Amino acid sequence: MLTLLAVIIGFLYAASIYMFLRRSIVKLVLGIIFLSHATNLLLFVTGGLRIGKPAFTDADGSVDLATVSDPLPQALILTAIVIGLGITAFSLVLVYRFYKETGTVDLDELAENDQS
Amino acid sequence: MILFIPVILPLSAIVLLLFSYRRERLQQLISIVSMGILTLLAAYILWLVMKHGPFAMQAGAWPAPFGITFVADLFSAIMLLTTALLSLLVTIYSTGFLDRTRRKAGFYILIHGLIGGVNGSFLTGDIFNLYVWFEVMLISSFVLMTLGAEKKQLRGSIKYVVLNLVGSVIFLTAIGLIYGKTGTLNMADLAVRLRESEHIELINSSLMLFFIAFGIKAALFPFFFWLPASYPTPPVAITAFLAGTLTKVGVYVIIRFYCLFVISDINVFYYLVMGIAGITMVSGVLMAASSYDIRKILSFHIISQIGYMIMGLGLATVAGLGGAIYFMVHNMLSKTATFMAGGLMYKYRGTYNLHALGSIYRDFPLLAFLFLLPALSLAGIPPLPGFFGKLFLIYGGFTEGAWIITSIAIAVSIITLFSMIKIWNEAVWKNPPGKETGMQKNPLPPSAFYATIAMVVLIILFGLATGHLSDHFFEAGRQVLDAGLYINTVIK
Repeated sequence: MLTLLAVIIGFLYAASIYMFLRRSIVKLVLGIIFLSHATNLLLFVTGGLRIGKPAFTDADGSVDLATVSDPLPQALILTAIVIGLGITAFSLVLVYRFYKETGTVDLDELAENDQS
Repeated sequence: MILFIPVILPLSAIVLLLFSYRRERLQQLISIVSMGILTLLAAYILWLVMKHGPFAMQAGAWPAPFGITFVADLFSAIMLLTTALLSLLVTIYSTGFLDRTRRKAGFYILIHGLIGGVNGSFLTGDIFNLYVWFEVMLISSFVLMTLGAEKKQLRGSIKYVVLNLVGSVIFLTAIGLIYGKTGTLNMADLAVRLRESEHIELINSSLMLFFIAFGIKAALFPFFFWLPASYPTPPVAITAFLAGTLTKVGVYVIIRFYCLFVISDINVFYYLVMGIAGITMVSGVLMAASSYDIRKILSFHIISQIGYMIMGLGLATVAGLGGAIYFMVHNMLSKTATFMAGGLMYKYRGTYNLHALGSIYRDFPLLAFLFLLPALSLAGIPPLPGFFGKLFLIYGGFTEGAWIITSIAIAVSIITLFSMIKIWNEAVWKNPPGKETGMQKNPLPPSAFYATIAMVVLIILFGLATGHLSDHFFEAGRQVLDAGLYINTVIK
């Protein structure tokens, strides 16, 4: 399971960097989304994987450390996902607005515009 | 409780501002009052720290490594007060400077979001909480930067947004890795565990990721390209706000992390920090010397000056860090003041281009002096604060025997003087280009004008009072360097 997750995380990082290197700004936004997902998965792994063990205490409030997952990374991911959602929404609006203003989504044309 | 108010106050002001969304006068009043209270509060926190030493507070009374800790030592209290003063003056400045559409589109709400995030970053003692405050600050700055949505603003913002987002994600990755390795996110607890650890070198990968992430925020050498692309594009009131606060938060966090967490391989980090400081200084100032737009010149100078602060950190002595902290305060004030004065020149003449400006000294001598004083302060002329900041750093450098970086710092400050004189010559002294009658003489908005005067007076007073204040800055440097003090403050 850990190996599978490691491969997925690595693949997501690679995909996001590939997307960053493309010319289209829309793909840039996709790259940002991949990058934040890769990081969220990485955070998830850092707590240690315990399959089938939820991060809850027993009904009487006692905790057996051997049978529960670490709740902190899950809380971190929740926060990070919410922040990521807001940022993705903002960057989509930014790209859309940019397209409306300039009529292009090509980063090379963006650089040419800079000269003038 | 008192340490949480600098964060709660701006956030509650946002609620009030949203309720008065359509009534601009009321919004202005709320903003100025809340910034004023924030300044008083920051002064009170600084007084508490000076009297009783550093202190910490735990959110929800959870004991230290488990809950979220807020810590105030002299360094963070000084930064808090400087930011609050600066935001108060820039808020007053922008009530007259900004156009109606931008003010109505939520400008006041966004600056409060920005200040809340900045204050949180200065005070928090928890790494993940720091990430959250960074995001609060960044999202407000994204919207501030695109406010108005002009073509060139959008173009600059894309670079700003993407590079800063990548920086945030790298920061988050480093947080994940460090939690996986140590099992804690409280900065004091982490510092303790690192000092007890046997495999301390394992931390280096996370430290490098932190360094890259904060290097992007602070606009250090290989990562600064977003800054010249984006800072010159929004109106100058917004740039003044961002220039005074955002990059300095990056520097603050680099200094804090370096002093707490760099325990092994100190030499490697020393050469890394010093090398980056030198290249940052030189590249920033050379780009400034080759530009002909006031806002671009001033933006490039931000980069160059960040190099000085990082140099003070690299020295890692009380003199170096005290100098760096003094330099940060001076830079936040002087940089903002040059932007404010540059904005007034724009209002007066209708352009930022040095070729088209001219003869401001003849037509409006006071405006010329309002620009000259902070510009000379940036270049380092006594008795203005920039001189003392550079003096402390250069003195610290020579006593440490860091000859190369100190020589670079002196050379860079000469080029800084050159590019400031260039603005002075072109905009203020030379005869107007073309026809005499073509020069505009627009009236200046009074609130912006008086806010700039207040800022410049503040800089002069700060420079003159250096003799009394310098001990406190060196004490702040000593407190930052002393990781044990920080740990004992948080974990009783």
